[in-house]
Amino acid sequence: MSVLPYLVAGWILLAGLYGLVTSRDLVQAVGCLAVAQSSTYVLLLAVGYRRDATAPVFSDLPPGSPVVDPVVQALALTDIVVGATVTALLLSLVIQLRKRHGTVDPEELTGLRG
Amino acid sequence: MNTDDLLPLAVAIPLLGAAVLAIAGRWLPRFGRDALATAWAAADVACLALLWARTSPDGRAVSWLGGWVPHDGHSVGIVLVADRLGSGLALVAAVLVLAVLCYAWRYFDEPSGEHGGMFPALLLLFEAGMCGFALTGDLFDAFVFFELMGAVAYAVTGYRIEDPRPLHGALAFGLVNSAAAYLSLLGIGLLYARTGELGLAQIGAALDERAAAGHGRDALVVVAFVLVLAGPLVKAATAPFHFWLPDAHAVAPSPVCMLLSGVMVELGVYGVARIHRIVFAGTGGLPDTVVRDTLLAAGVLTALIGGVMCWQQRHLKRMLAFSTVGHVGLFLIGSALLTPAGLAGAAVYVAGHAGAKAALFGLTGVLLDRYGSVDEHGLYGRARELRLPGLLFVLGGLALAGLPPLGTGLGKAITEEAAGHELGWLPAVFVLVSALTGGAVLRAGLRVFGGVGTPPTEHPEVAATTGEGEEPEIREPGRRLPAPMLLVPGLLLAGCLAIGVLPGVGRALAAGAAAFTDRADYLADVLGQPGRRQPGAPAAIVPKAWWTASGVALGLLSALLAAGLATAAVRRDPRRGTGGLYRATVLPLRRLHSGLLGDYVAWLTVGLALLLAAIGAQL
Repeated sequence: MSVLPYLVAGWILLAGLYGLVTSRDLVQAVGCLAVAQSSTYVLLLAVGYRRDATAPVFSDLPPGSPVVDPVVQALALTDIVVGATVTALLLSLVIQLRKRHGTVDPEELTGLRG
Repeated sequence: MNTDDLLPLAVAIPLLGAAVLAIAGRWLPRFGRDALATAWAAADVACLALLWARTSPDGRAVSWLGGWVPHDGHSVGIVLVADRLGSGLALVAAVLVLAVLCYAWRYFDEPSGEHGGMFPALLLLFEAGMCGFALTGDLFDAFVFFELMGAVAYAVTGYRIEDPRPLHGALAFGLVNSAAAYLSLLGIGLLYARTGELGLAQIGAALDERAAAGHGRDALVVVAFVLVLAGPLVKAATAPFHFWLPDAHAVAPSPVCMLLSGVMVELGVYGVARIHRIVFAGTGGLPDTVVRDTLLAAGVLTALIGGVMCWQQRHLKRMLAFSTVGHVGLFLIGSALLTPAGLAGAAVYVAGHAGAKAALFGLTGVLLDRYGSVDEHGLYGRARELRLPGLLFVLGGLALAGLPPLGTGLGKAITEEAAGHELGWLPAVFVLVSALTGGAVLRAGLRVFGGVGTPPTEHPEVAATTGEGEEPEIREPGRRLPAPMLLVPGLLLAGCLAIGVLPGVGRALAAGAAAFTDRADYLADVLGQPGRRQPGAPAAIVPKAWWTASGVALGLLSALLAAGLATAAVRRDPRRGTGGLYRATVLPLRRLHSGLLGDYVAWLTVGLALLLAAIGAQL
């Protein structure tokens, strides 16, 4: 099994976290969170991968033919649903913040400190 | 009905209630919505109380959803498991949701029409997430419930969308917690890759089997441990992952704070304890000593930071939020001891703390309602006419300080004693943190409700969150204080007292703690292989969970210290500056709480790297 997909997952995670740390735009920060989350998709799908196997849909496959792990696919799907909810909610908060506060720069939000 | 059927019901009732309220709320009048929400929350309390009563003290109820039972120890089904600690924590959550719904009867001027009933619907959804997280026996399910609870919490934190500050707090909360949840998911993926299982018990058993076959612990298990625990540790606001908590709690509506501080944060500690105990405590996981030392260090650090920062606050909600950080550190110490006694103490402490902290947030809501401010300095002496709330506020402060015979005092005494057996100096941390957090609340109570001492002044060298000019959460000037806003905090404090006075509660939680730590028994119950436990292996010893002379003495000492600190603070000459010690230690600590999102995520990664390094160095 190739180690490349795991390295890719780690790289995507680091890129997302780096973006979260350095971002000066909240829309971008929410995007970076989504990027960090994509690393989980890559990892999960890499875990379930089998060489020369096909999708686990048995309607037109003879039973017993090799398929990739359906559990991780279910996990990735659930993960996408969770991610879509959270991203949508956070983006709506950012829109509202832009309306009320006139900025999407996290450095200008100084209402809470100390 | 079987006991096992109550498990899915405990999650399904609030989920269904949220849907019904979201739809029916459009047409129902305000009274109808509140009555429906309250009845629904009461039904879930009844369901969980029945579950608690029907689970035997040292056993657990197991429910395989959809009848997908395991075969030969392998399963693809999802399992819910309730032991006394899990169902007890779910019960605390349900009771608090009920209390909060009653408290909020007259709290918001809610929009009717399309958005009517949304707030109670969200609270019920929140309840479903918390109960699910407490009752699940499946790691991926725990992630899903964690995110459900999280997403609803972000939404209700930013519920007052007219004001920019709640949005800011909710965003920091959402970004940091979700990032941590995805790190947890990465860890879950790694564990699945290694074992092919997702259930807590199944992963634990599979890791043990690998160890028995000679493939011991390796880097993957260590990394998975740190990653999986990232989510619960951030939710539990362990230093240095705690920065989101004061920001979110300071700005969330008061009824929401009651839930966030009262039970959601504690669920993080529960998650850490449960996941470690079932998945990683076996031969295929990490040695107990390594985990104990690491988590103890994190707990002590969290407790001290929480205590010191709590003392520094003038924004009342932020003060209470930091006091939660301090207490969560103490809970973490209790559960990190990995003994039934420490866990029993932490459980009693959490139950008492839920009552006291929710009551204090409720009373702060009264101040916000009356004066449109939660600033200790600005409110100086203004709330003199609120006699009863003032009295309750002071009582809440004493509860945080651990005064016997309140429930928090009992929990502190048991945890402290268990910690003292481990390391002799740990009780000093308990006394110090209790005195600081209780003292800060007492100081605020004396100033705000009593107008005692000299008017306070600022330290202009630190940019601080003041709490002035808050948007009042209710816009109906001149109305009388709604009765539930006093009654609910009063009842919550009475509950806190009951936990310390009724011996049954402590006994039941102690038995539950013994069952919680009995890993072999849990695996046997869940995997359906009774008799797996070696015949010679004794069941875990049920610790004593009642007052001792030293516990009472230390409780009195911390309450006295808190009173002393509060008196000294209100009497202090306002012109006196702050000394070198303050500049050297407290000032940098306060500057760390910068309110900047990037800093918080940076601390998240640094903290995880430190955790990994600390565990790696000990192996």
